[in-house]
Amino acid sequence: MSPSLLQTLAAGNPWGAIWPEVALGCLALALLLLEIVLPKRAHPKIPALAIAVQVAVLAGVLLDFHSPYLGHETFNGLLRHSAAGQAMRLFFILSSILVFGLAQISLAKQTMPRIEFYSIVLVVAAAMMLLAQSAHFVMLFVALETVTVGLYILVSYCRTNARTLEAGLKYLVMGALSSALLLFGIVLLYGVAGNPGLPAHTGFGLHYSDLAAFLAANPHNFLASIGIILVLAGVAFKIGAVPFQIWIPDVYQGAPTPITAFLAVASKSAGFAVLLGLVRFAFPAYGWLTTPVLSAMAGATLLFGNLAALTQHNVKRLIGLSGVSHAGFLLLGVVATVTVPLALGAVYFYLLAYLLASFAVFAVMVHLAGPDDADQELEHYAGLAKEDPFLGGVLAVGLGSLAGIPPLAGFVGKFLIFVAAYRAGLHSLLAIAIGCVVVSIYYYFGWIKVAYFDGARPATELTPRPARTPVGWGARCAMLGLALASILIGFCPGGFAQWLRW
Amino acid sequence: MMMSASFLDPLLISIVAPLAVAAAIGLGLPKRWSLRLAYLGFGAPLLCALHVWWHFGAAPKADGYAFLTDYATGLSRLGIELRLGVNGIAMPLFVLAGIVGFAAGIYAIKSTAERVKIYVMLLLVMLGGLMGVFASVNLFYFYFFHELALIPTFIMIGVWGGRDRLYAAMQVTIYLTLGAMLSLVGLIAIYARSGAHSFDLIALHAALAREPLGLLAQKHIFGLLLFGFGILVSLWPFHSWAPLGYGAAPSSAAMLHAGVLKKFGLYGLIQVALPLLPQGAAPWAHPLALLAAGGNVVIIGLVTMAQRDLKQMIGYSSVMHMGYAFLGIATGSALGIGGVVLLMVAHGLSVSLLFLLATCVHHRTQTFALDEMGGLAQRTPVLAAFFTAAIFASIGLPGFGNFWGELLIFVALWPFSHLYTALAVLGVILSAIYGLRALARIFFGPPTEALARVSAQFPPADLGWSERIPALLLLATLLFIGFFPRSLSRPIGAVLPPPPDAVAFVQP
Repeated sequence: MSPSLLQTLAAGNPWGAIWPEVALGCLALALLLLEIVLPKRAHPKIPALAIAVQVAVLAGVLLDFHSPYLGHETFNGLLRHSAAGQAMRLFFILSSILVFGLAQISLAKQTMPRIEFYSIVLVVAAAMMLLAQSAHFVMLFVALETVTVGLYILVSYCRTNARTLEAGLKYLVMGALSSALLLFGIVLLYGVAGNPGLPAHTGFGLHYSDLAAFLAANPHNFLASIGIILVLAGVAFKIGAVPFQIWIPDVYQGAPTPITAFLAVASKSAGFAVLLGLVRFAFPAYGWLTTPVLSAMAGATLLFGNLAALTQHNVKRLIGLSGVSHAGFLLLGVVATVTVPLALGAVYFYLLAYLLASFAVFAVMVHLAGPDDADQELEHYAGLAKEDPFLGGVLAVGLGSLAGIPPLAGFVGKFLIFVAAYRAGLHSLLAIAIGCVVVSIYYYFGWIKVAYFDGARPATELTPRPARTPVGWGARCAMLGLALASILIGFCPGGFAQWLRW
Repeated sequence: MMMSASFLDPLLISIVAPLAVAAAIGLGLPKRWSLRLAYLGFGAPLLCALHVWWHFGAAPKADGYAFLTDYATGLSRLGIELRLGVNGIAMPLFVLAGIVGFAAGIYAIKSTAERVKIYVMLLLVMLGGLMGVFASVNLFYFYFFHELALIPTFIMIGVWGGRDRLYAAMQVTIYLTLGAMLSLVGLIAIYARSGAHSFDLIALHAALAREPLGLLAQKHIFGLLLFGFGILVSLWPFHSWAPLGYGAAPSSAAMLHAGVLKKFGLYGLIQVALPLLPQGAAPWAHPLALLAAGGNVVIIGLVTMAQRDLKQMIGYSSVMHMGYAFLGIATGSALGIGGVVLLMVAHGLSVSLLFLLATCVHHRTQTFALDEMGGLAQRTPVLAAFFTAAIFASIGLPGFGNFWGELLIFVALWPFSHLYTALAVLGVILSAIYGLRALARIFFGPPTEALARVSAQFPPADLGWSERIPALLLLATLLFIGFFPRSLSRPIGAVLPPPPDAVAFVQP
């Protein structure tokens, strides 16, 4: 191998561009090493150490936000760095930190080995960060599989619980199916792009911008349309959009609560980051196809999520189905991005508001859950506000923000999406969305109602209620921070938007 | 054109003071200090409101708005910034919010409610939102503050409410969210179509004056706003939440909601829908008048007569009086709309006075059922006097503010349609019947056996100071407007295009 080849390789692969991902990966390995090296009594400190390192990485990305790689492609076009990508990096690191926090509380009630859990979460978070920045189908698929395989393990982590095993199996089967669909779509697109009989054919059909150029030259190719639909189907599984939402309630209920949060927030957001990348950079010429498909999906997702959530009694299923409806709102924003540039900012804003609110709710949930993690019923919340006003307050802020009630951040997110949708002329979808907001009030406020207005019934043998975990000071600070952030961003939404420069 | 942002801005203080006090209480101030500080939270908006009322005439105005100031929130690119200011229509309602807020607040602080600290805190949040609604020139914050004021209502009904409180809380919330969502889409539609790239009312007005929307668009958007806002103001047949909610709500919440928050919908129609979509209103005028006159005034008037529960009766009567306000809007004339603004203020004062006094009656009789009362006037003459005055005001007798509002609406309605005028006047008779009958049932005649038993157990005392001060404040303002309507009608008239006959009527 000649030195010049090595130089070319080094120039094309600037590892410095992906230092946050590398850092998280190394941290994951370091955790495993620490478990072997450190004495057993020091083990409980390891996650806290990992949180500290992640906070440092988060700060580093913040400082390096306007990095010199912005607007460039690296690794021979595998990755494309953008301000939105940087924002998603922050988003996933933050999610990972919060999942660590949830797991600290939740895993304490289980008898499972701990450290692998944290390692896998880190690897998955790093893969999500790459996913959000991918500009190439190989990168997309490899990162997506890393995420999915990691989640297969995490979903069925509490392997002594029957529900968890069921959830893991369902997630595995549905995930494999969706991966197959996605892969088939990618291959079709690659194959048709390489057809020498077609104009602008290219051998680089896996690369977004080359594929986009090919699709622009063949705006109504049948095989390409099929490929695009299959790719969208694969992504729809990630975001839990109809008709690929069927796994959600069971898997959300069976997975350990921190992983439910990880699925609900980070995995869904990763799906949206991918979807935005595809719609904007790979398939812009096929707007005639993607817009109606995604619109239909958005409408069906909104309706299904909200109507199905109405009748749930298990809060994990409830939050899962309400997450389906949030996917619908986000899809509405994604559809609007085709014609309205503002919509892009609206989607990112919505994701941030969703992260803050969801983790606030999940933080309350892990405190209320007992040793059987799947058994979290609405009635366990009766009398919460009277017995623990702090948890009650955080729950109310989180649910209020998810419902989109001013002055909380969720309202501004919905508002921006609605403005974008109206500008894009999506009037009928907007009508569905409005109706769904009203429906969602019923189940979100129903939950608040149980926590605030219903008197607590004493636990009996027939209706046992798990003991609540006392709130530690670290958790208290984190929950206060999440709730305050939801309120402050609601009152002054501009800071985040300005900083993202959209 | 714009005055510099200052922290001595009375509008900003009136919003921030209650919210800041609420935040302090929420963060764990001890109870004694909370209640003391709450006086400040309720008093500051009142003082600001009076300050604004007093200085409004002389204050420098830009596009009709006095006290105009901007506070950046960082979304200026989307045309969203906190812009505060009041024009002739907003000012009377701003004053109304300050006065009713103070009355409801004082009553709440002195009340014997459980967990009174949280109750007062929620009331403060509501008041902060209300002041913001009428001080916002930006439609985003106009909507934002309305919703902010709405959430505490839900919680207060659910926790401190009376009968059927959980059912009432859910129904009120879902109904009002539906109305708010419809009007939100209407507001977004105006924003997106106007080309002003701003939610600022002044900018929207200028843009739409240059290039009005097409007739069809105006009609559709006006319809959205009409029904969205209409649900919030209990337009028949979307009124069923109101009596239920008010029947269940604790008194201070009912006072603030029925008295002030409900006026948001009417205010939106007058301040936003009519000026921005002038041609959109015409096709809706007759359907609206039909719903309002036939539904709100006559049907609900008859329903009110059949009520046996005092609080339900007041709730229904407030639905009925909203019919007059819709009729005034349906005329589309400056005279009618000026009348609506006067009626909104006067009705806000009188209905909150009635809710306050109804709770006072309940404390003395332990019941809201009209059949179980009687003869209370002998024991509590001051309460009886206040109640009589409140009922007279609500019927619309001269001397009270309601009279001017209703009179102007009737005068404006006559050229619009003789039939609706006749129906509206019939409504006055209906309200006299149920009002006077309730008065007679509660205060006069022999006491019933059940009441005699309650009286023996709790000897009824007359109004205490914590009840007299709020009642007196509300009643005095009603009388002041009744005898000196010009203090409000002049600023209102300055905003509306003046037809010649309006001026002659309004000046006493």
